[in-house]
Amino acid sequence: MKFNLLNILFAIGLISFISFSCNDEHDNSPGSVVLEFDHRWGTQELKLNSSLLTPAGDSVKFTAFRYFISNISFLKADGSEYKVPNSYFLVDHELDKSREITLTNIPADDYRAVQFIIGVDSAKSTTALDQRTGVLDPATGAQGMYWAWNSGYIFIKVEGESPSAPIDSITLKRRFWYHIGGFGGYSSPTINNIKSVSAVSDDDVAHVNGSAEPTFHMIVDLQEFFMNPTNLSIKQNPVVMFAPYSTTIANNYTDMIKLDHIHQ
Amino acid sequence: MSKIFIAFSIFVLVIACVKEKNDAEQNFSIRIPDHFPAVNYDLTLNPISKEGFELGRKLFYDPILSRDSSISCGSCHQQSAGFTQHGHDISHGIDDLLGTRNALPVMNLIWNKSFFWDGGVHNLDFVPINAITSKVEMDESLENAIGKLNRHPQYPSLFKSWINVDKIESKDLLKALSQFMAFCVSANSKYDQSLQVNSVQLTSDEFEGLQLVNTKCSPCHSTALFTDFSFRNNGLVLTGDLGRYKASLVDSDLYRFRVPSLRNLSYTAPYMHDGRFRTIDQVLDHYANKVVMSATLDSNLIRKEGLGIPLTEEEKTKIKLFLKTLDDESFIRNPILSEQ
Repeated sequence: MKFNLLNILFAIGLISFISFSCNDEHDNSPGSVVLEFDHRWGTQELKLNSSLLTPAGDSVKFTAFRYFISNISFLKADGSEYKVPNSYFLVDHELDKSREITLTNIPADDYRAVQFIIGVDSAKSTTALDQRTGVLDPATGAQGMYWAWNSGYIFIKVEGESPSAPIDSITLKRRFWYHIGGFGGYSSPTINNIKSVSAVSDDDVAHVNGSAEPTFHMIVDLQEFFMNPTNLSIKQNPVVMFAPYSTTIANNYTDMIKLDHIHQ
Repeated sequence: MSKIFIAFSIFVLVIACVKEKNDAEQNFSIRIPDHFPAVNYDLTLNPISKEGFELGRKLFYDPILSRDSSISCGSCHQQSAGFTQHGHDISHGIDDLLGTRNALPVMNLIWNKSFFWDGGVHNLDFVPINAITSKVEMDESLENAIGKLNRHPQYPSLFKSWINVDKIESKDLLKALSQFMAFCVSANSKYDQSLQVNSVQLTSDEFEGLQLVNTKCSPCHSTALFTDFSFRNNGLVLTGDLGRYKASLVDSDLYRFRVPSLRNLSYTAPYMHDGRFRTIDQVLDHYANKVVMSATLDSNLIRKEGLGIPLTEEEKTKIKLFLKTLDDESFIRNPILSEQ
């Protein structure tokens, strides 16, 4: 056998390929993590514009379901935390892509929990115009999720129609809408509906590195918005925006997002 | 020799032109009056320039920002009325729909710590979003407004020459409007001039009026801006407007409204958050005789002998004479602030 240059190069290539594959288990380069938000109504898949019954007994058809997820961090097995910098996302039920958040450049490690805020933190809610990019831009990304008269983001928006709601004089439809926000006030205190979610897996671990992209599969049960601890009656509260009752609703939805499993 | 001279002359001329341009640019800054408190708006985040100011002025007077191009910022903030809507208790917006509160003056806003009658907005840059998107004011989405500007024959190049952007974004629009609003400084009234050395003097009646304002109308109408930027319930007969409570949901804020400045009152009638008083006489009469009790009434208006601020007719006359010295005619007539 002649060891010509081509054969040598081939051999080097082969060896590199094998050693690269072997090193795969020890890949320490940063990787990506996906947060998947699986929208449900109790045990069934959430569908807009289909008839559902709330725990308070109101028949509803949802027309919009949107919420901000921000300040995402991952917990390692040893309890230390990796904070994903500048993490602000708007999940919109009508945009399939928005229900899958891909976070890149996550340091290689084993993670067993994810934490985030439903809403936008107070620092970002009061920051200068230049810092309001992407989904935080009141003109584009956050359109319909921003209060102009009382500066701040709508953390979560749930809208629909229900026979229990009064007739809207403009659309002549029986509409209900819940726009929940409130970051705690700029210079004097007001309601704070920022809710933190900490989702731990007892069984699964996310192995993150450059050659793996684990997914945290989150189940988001919109029914929790309407119950636990307080049944939300559309008849009694068809419209809730910046109002004291919004804190009752926020206490309901604080546990609407749960980690179902992690798949590698 | 002559060639060298011509060349030299051209060189001098070029230098002179360049220098002149630099001077013009350098001179284009907001004059911060010495007797005013510290500025609240961060001008370093939005450095004022001639291009930015002129663009902001064009936008301020352009109805393109409203849904049907019928209403501009200047429609309800008229310079001749001290940048309020002349004679209106509450303003007419799009489709002639009525607002709920009296238009506040676009004046000395870089000193404000918050905006609107209930203080719901904390940064000047975010103020126009309210007017543009309000259903009863301009009823346009910011996204549409930006779209119209980007398709406009002039605006893209104006923004490009100002901040070198190829596509106008919401922050660019809002910052341009801030440049114009930041420039609306009123600090040249007779009162302001009287603080300068070797300048006009207040008459003795006007000066007594000033002292009355300092003793009877302070701490609310304090500093050279004649407001302490607080929110107070001044004892008006209550209506359904809950005031600052709407923005804070704190019970102690019920029926509290912004303490407005006392500057330019001759141009900005009517008065109060809902424009219920047409004259300063009615305002003074309110404080002297008509303050009503409610749970959040300001403690400065509660005395052992009764409610309000005791004022004799003579005191009222002197206060009115002093208030006239806060009128700044050069502000409402400044051609640089007018629609071009």
